[in-house]
Amino acid sequence: MALRPSTSWIVPFALVGVVVFLVVGSVDSALFAQQTVSGLANGGIYASLAVALVVIYRATEVINFAQGALATFTTYVAWQLITWGLSYWEAFLATLAVAFVGGFLLELVVIRQVERRGNVLTVVIAAIGLLILVEGATGWIWGNGIKFVPSPFPAHFYHLGGATFSLQDIGTIGISLASVVVLWGFFQFTKAGLGMRAAAVRPEAARLVGVRVSWMLSLGWALAAVLGAIAGLLAAPNPSYLLQPSMMDGVLIYAFAAAVVGGLESAFGAVVGGLLIGVLLNLLSAYVSWVTPQLLLPVAFVIMLVVLLVKPSGLFGRTRVRKV
Amino acid sequence: MRPKPATLAGLVVTLAVAAAIALIPFALSNYHRSTGADVAVFFVAILALNIVTGYTGQISIGHGAFMAIGGYATAILTHDHGWNDIATLPIAAICGFIAGVIVGVPALRFQGVYLALTTFAVALAVPQLAKNYSHLTGGTEGLALPTHTGMWLYGVGWAVAAVMFAIAWLLLRGRTGRAFRAVRDSEIAAASSGVTLAVYKTVSFGISAGMAAVAGSVYVLVNNFVNPDVFGLTLSLYILIGAVVGGLGSLWGVLAGACFIQLLPIALTTGSVGSSQSVPVVFGAVVIGVMALLPLGAANLLRVALHFGSQWRQHSDTPLGTEGR
Repeated sequence: MALRPSTSWIVPFALVGVVVFLVVGSVDSALFAQQTVSGLANGGIYASLAVALVVIYRATEVINFAQGALATFTTYVAWQLITWGLSYWEAFLATLAVAFVGGFLLELVVIRQVERRGNVLTVVIAAIGLLILVEGATGWIWGNGIKFVPSPFPAHFYHLGGATFSLQDIGTIGISLASVVVLWGFFQFTKAGLGMRAAAVRPEAARLVGVRVSWMLSLGWALAAVLGAIAGLLAAPNPSYLLQPSMMDGVLIYAFAAAVVGGLESAFGAVVGGLLIGVLLNLLSAYVSWVTPQLLLPVAFVIMLVVLLVKPSGLFGRTRVRKV
Repeated sequence: MRPKPATLAGLVVTLAVAAAIALIPFALSNYHRSTGADVAVFFVAILALNIVTGYTGQISIGHGAFMAIGGYATAILTHDHGWNDIATLPIAAICGFIAGVIVGVPALRFQGVYLALTTFAVALAVPQLAKNYSHLTGGTEGLALPTHTGMWLYGVGWAVAAVMFAIAWLLLRGRTGRAFRAVRDSEIAAASSGVTLAVYKTVSFGISAGMAAVAGSVYVLVNNFVNPDVFGLTLSLYILIGAVVGGLGSLWGVLAGACFIQLLPIALTTGSVGSSQSVPVVFGAVVIGVMALLPLGAANLLRVALHFGSQWRQHSDTPLGTEGR
């Protein structure tokens, strides 16, 4: 998941421009600074889910439509563990373990069986079946009402200049970015990570040098499920999401948009895309009067559409050659 | 569609099914007649999806959004402008056609996974638009429509379904249908044989969306109510399930798919251990099972069985939705 140098020199300049704009705006206006930080917190959640999508897409060229539903399911597992009396961080770690094993088994038992006989379209449809199944099972087990997951961070606020930042937002940004950095380290510095990269790029060659490609695909799903669980756990305490079976449906669209902006193949691009979309949507709803909360999803859709039409390879993706 | 001597047998089967559908309501209660009308709604919606996904090979996860456009066209015209509800159906079809062409234009550049992504987003975005422009759509409170008897709904629903089926059959059996299938099987080969991809893809999306919009209109009439939640993501996904279970690229599978979507939930909720919560779990499991075991759907299973398994190898080796050539 290394940062692939972009073919376009405009991209770094544009990103630097965006950062300068955000910093200058934040120095200039306290409200702008607050909106930017809470936008980054949302963006961190989108980025975690988007990276999960990218990990699976790179390994198997499949968009996991069930990623959001799986994230919600694992968040319910955490809620259940906390209700049974575990402390927040115990439940957090146990949930990540459950997500890891669950993701691994899902690839092994479901996705591999479909992929063996089908093509991209059949796997996409199977993923949608998984979405319906998991979301339905969540509602069946825990009911459709809203559950309250405590925040790991105390309700503490920092004041800087005239602006107020909540520990919740800063902690969300911190955890989501830290988890992505850990993932990057795993891909960069461990043997399993190297094997996964090899299996994604050249499965046949990887197999020849002794990488167990099928295990690597399962491992990819497992890691994606863990990232999704982190995204769900970060979203649940936030009043703009709240834990219910459809919690991540909207987040999934923002994560799609983030992954598409980043180029769908680049984890780094997905992080940048997630943060950009989080901040952009927050600033739009704060400063543009006609952008109501209901319009945020359509706006994300339009962003996705424009990126796909103008630069289908996104900010950091490769351009593909279509062959006969 | 087979230009073979099977045409006469096909005609007999069609007439027999039509007669059965015409006679069934006389044996049903008023409530079950409107359930029968809902089956007709899903029949039309799945038929519509089949044209674009099964025959032209362009995946759409967003057909609930086109249904929403037709449903809202009917609701607004009857509620605010006092139109007769049948008279709104052509308007709904036109609105749906235009929306389909608009979605179809980007679809010219997207393929496979990207098209799935965009249409999925359409399915989630359109109900949000309906919520936002509440002065027109009634927002989350929705709009009420005139009520009808179950018999009226059943009759209208299946009459519309018959017309749509005839249109689909005429469209798919000739030159246009061949062009659609050529696009599905290989875009590059189709283009080299003189099929204009841009025209056929957008036309396919437009017609499909127009039909889905009509289905949405009838759906709203059966419910005699509309709000954004009626056309949520679930509806789009259920249409896809119906098409997949019935078999993409098969007109007869459409009926099986519609019955599956509409009647299985009833069977599940009336069972002794039944609960409506189990419906999505069963649907999801069935979809995964179908994709893992017989990606060509139930209709193909039937066809294979009828052919005594002689063509099993040939069928199971073709990719999704390319059977029946």
